[in-house]
Amino acid sequence: MKSSVIIFPGSNCDRDMDVALKKFGFKNQMVWHNDNNIPKSDLIVLPGGFSYGDYLRCGSIASKSKIIKPVIEFANSGGLVLGICNGFQILCETGLLPGVLQQNKYLNFICRNVYVKLKNKENKYFKNIKKNILELHIAHNEGNFFCNDDELKTLEDNNQIAVTYCNEKGIEDEKHNPNGAIKNIAGIFNKNKNVLGMMPHPERMIDKYLSGEDGSMFFENLLGNLK
Amino acid sequence: MKVNKAVALDHGLNEEEFSKICELLKRTPNITELAIFSAMWNEHCSYKSSRKHLKKLHTKGKQVIQGPGENAGIIDIGDDEAIVFKIESHNHPSFIEPYQGAATGVGGIMRDVFTMGARPIANLNSIHFGSPQHKKTRNLLRGVVKGIGGYGNCIGVPTIAGQTSFDESYNGNILVNAMTLGLVNKNKIFYSKAAGINKPVIYVGSKTGRDGIHGASMASATFDDKVEEKKPTVQVGDPFTEKLLLEACLELMVDKSIIAIQDMGAAGLTSSSIEMASKGKLGIELDLNKVPCREEKMSPYEIMLSESQERMLIVLEKGKENHAKKIFDKWNLDFAVIGKTTNSKKIELIFDNNKVAEIPIDILVENAPIYDRKWKKTKLPQKLKFNKDELKSLNLSDCLKKILSNPNISEKSWIWDQYDHTVMGDTIQKPGGDAGVVRVHGTTKAVAASVDSSANYCYSHPLTGGKQVVCESWRNLISVGAKPISITNCLNFGNPEKEKNMGEFVECVEGITEASKYLEFPVVSGNVSFYNETKDKSIKPTPTIGGVGLINNYKNMITMDFKKSGNLVYVIGKTEGHLDQSVFAKDVLNEKKGPPPSINLFNEKNIGETILNLIENKLIFSCHDISLGGILTAVSKMCIKGKKGLKINSLKTLINKFEYFFGEDQGRYIIEISKENSQKVNEILNNNSVHFDDLGAIEGKSLTFNDDINLPIEELSNTHTYWLQRYMNN
Repeated sequence: MKSSVIIFPGSNCDRDMDVALKKFGFKNQMVWHNDNNIPKSDLIVLPGGFSYGDYLRCGSIASKSKIIKPVIEFANSGGLVLGICNGFQILCETGLLPGVLQQNKYLNFICRNVYVKLKNKENKYFKNIKKNILELHIAHNEGNFFCNDDELKTLEDNNQIAVTYCNEKGIEDEKHNPNGAIKNIAGIFNKNKNVLGMMPHPERMIDKYLSGEDGSMFFENLLGNLK
Repeated sequence: MKVNKAVALDHGLNEEEFSKICELLKRTPNITELAIFSAMWNEHCSYKSSRKHLKKLHTKGKQVIQGPGENAGIIDIGDDEAIVFKIESHNHPSFIEPYQGAATGVGGIMRDVFTMGARPIANLNSIHFGSPQHKKTRNLLRGVVKGIGGYGNCIGVPTIAGQTSFDESYNGNILVNAMTLGLVNKNKIFYSKAAGINKPVIYVGSKTGRDGIHGASMASATFDDKVEEKKPTVQVGDPFTEKLLLEACLELMVDKSIIAIQDMGAAGLTSSSIEMASKGKLGIELDLNKVPCREEKMSPYEIMLSESQERMLIVLEKGKENHAKKIFDKWNLDFAVIGKTTNSKKIELIFDNNKVAEIPIDILVENAPIYDRKWKKTKLPQKLKFNKDELKSLNLSDCLKKILSNPNISEKSWIWDQYDHTVMGDTIQKPGGDAGVVRVHGTTKAVAASVDSSANYCYSHPLTGGKQVVCESWRNLISVGAKPISITNCLNFGNPEKEKNMGEFVECVEGITEASKYLEFPVVSGNVSFYNETKDKSIKPTPTIGGVGLINNYKNMITMDFKKSGNLVYVIGKTEGHLDQSVFAKDVLNEKKGPPPSINLFNEKNIGETILNLIENKLIFSCHDISLGGILTAVSKMCIKGKKGLKINSLKTLINKFEYFFGEDQGRYIIEISKENSQKVNEILNNNSVHFDDLGAIEGKSLTFNDDINLPIEELSNTHTYWLQRYMNN
């Protein structure tokens, strides 16, 4: 399976994502933001970081960069586009995903492990993952997902909510919501479930010496689903 | 503007220095030249008060590739790989403007490291604030932490460890020391020594603005009531540009286009251009009209003194200009050929086709003043006699809880949660352990790093304190299973013109030297920050040591959390019950006098090496060095982290239980071993003549000792974990 990771100026999880994808068997290539074309891919990843310094608004300048046009075309033709952290923010700014990511409720950057619940497994990303609750890692200052009531209703009606923050038993309450996101939302799909944006970083949880191994499960499973 | 004595004094030079300049130049300097002298001859850049003593530092070792004198130190970690590292202070700016001061501190130290061709792989910091009750402390702490995070997180380098302390001596002068480690191929290191004549001098990075002018002189003076007026001397950081600069520089460093490279840090274009020329014994000519400027009508004076961030100066091979420009264009960074190297051995500045400065470089560098300042020895204070009856009236559990929630002991996750400590995907020991550990990407090796300082010990007896900090750093590396290799030091002191402060500096350096020599733990880089003084009140002497060690196989790394019920817990090293200067004495008995615990370097080395031997033989499950708060504090942390209890045996010692549990004798560790291996472990310890006490066994969910202590781990954890969070939310 072929994947492409887009590098924007200020991306800083591009290498980590490259390492993770290759570790689990993807043939990955890096694509520069100023290119016009994306090589043939089964998966495009927008990595974490601070694209364009997060100036103006997180993800907003990146969403206007040259490479985004082919990314949108790829997504609209059903291709898999995964945005992690800053990638999620970019996807919201492009309009491929609804809503916005505001500054964390308690106004601090947060770097720690969290539990998230998989809300919909009928898609290429989560299908066949046996666990319902994963331990992943977050590291962000703007992860407080917000959308209006109509958008939220659409997300719920179409089962577009992908992952939510919870405790190890799956309870999704205020106490286990690290950033104030509406309905504890940590990640969402587009209508067709081929575009996924989420704040947690699965690429940081890919061996037992790191923060944990649930990220491995995500990548292994994704590759399996694409085959 | 006409230059005279008054103008020189305004620039931080004294009368004698000004006469010396006129004498050396055989004329009065113009204002631009005076600015250059003031930048090069201030304490921050010239080390004029410290140089004489820094020469004594132990700087050589088998693994040292580069010692002090370059942008950073370099050590060999085998397989052609090397670690570039350094610690630096940004104290004065952080007190004036905590966010930008701390942020640019982090930015500056990272540039020092990637200037040498290394990709930064870890950041650490040591930050010290005034009393928690002081009105400024909370905001300074919040600003500094946000600044460090704001910069490091954006660049994408993990912040893996740190140290935070509170002491009223920092009320008017906080300390912000930032350390960076980078990884480089040992055959591809870049230095700042220019070579060859007529080579193009290139300016890259951000544009030059009017920020930070006089930053280095500001860092070379004490504060008074008008400290707020110094705000414009603080630089403003742009981590995004630094990230681009990092990637662009590393891209250019793939081939051999660069002859020399130097970041523009303190004293900006002045010190970077002069240092490169001086090291290469060359001259340098700069056309200041070609310097990319952010603001209009900047004068040569302003251009030369600006400390705008994220800039680099490069001496390039001739003909490589287009190749280099393409890379910097790709990263949207300014690129300008602003001058050339010459054989004049002078710095010559051109502006609007006029020569606006011409100074022989040796006058600026080799003839810079060096002072042999007067200093006073600190006598070892008398050992205190503690009232045994007073001790008997105390409750062991209450004392422990008081110590665990002490601002200097309590957990600091409020801070490290705000630092990205996992980016780059190789952090295998996060903040909160004895040392941070990152893997050397794609290998089985890992690098451990720790920052330490002990201002109370240094204040009480600088010579012992200096030794102690080095030993503490050594112990922290050993505790995670790393072989200590080398250190970097950040020497934070008061006003060197005062005999007491100068004496603290001299004796701390002596202590550092003695310990690092004995432990073969050489100093490869560092910086000195004097004048940490406000309105005549100076900080306690605070040498900060950043230690770096190597773990050959990261799978053998050790953490401090208790692992398994039934395992035995030993205290390694002899406990004499030294309470003077301990947290217990200060916090519980309110007793601040007495000498710090003494250091026995023979024991230190022997015990450390024995612990490493046990770790290599896979006999240790968890390990933690015993430092502030003594044995009981150390085991409590291990219980909390491992969520396991410990049953402590009855004591087989003649000393009082408070002395045993809270004494801060040096050279001690707690280790966890299995029952089955105990004989083997005892044998190794006995063969190496290492004293040990069988402290107890891991059991249940409480910390217990006879009828004295029965504390559930959850209670210990609540006591230890939330002090800072509550403090910051108030």
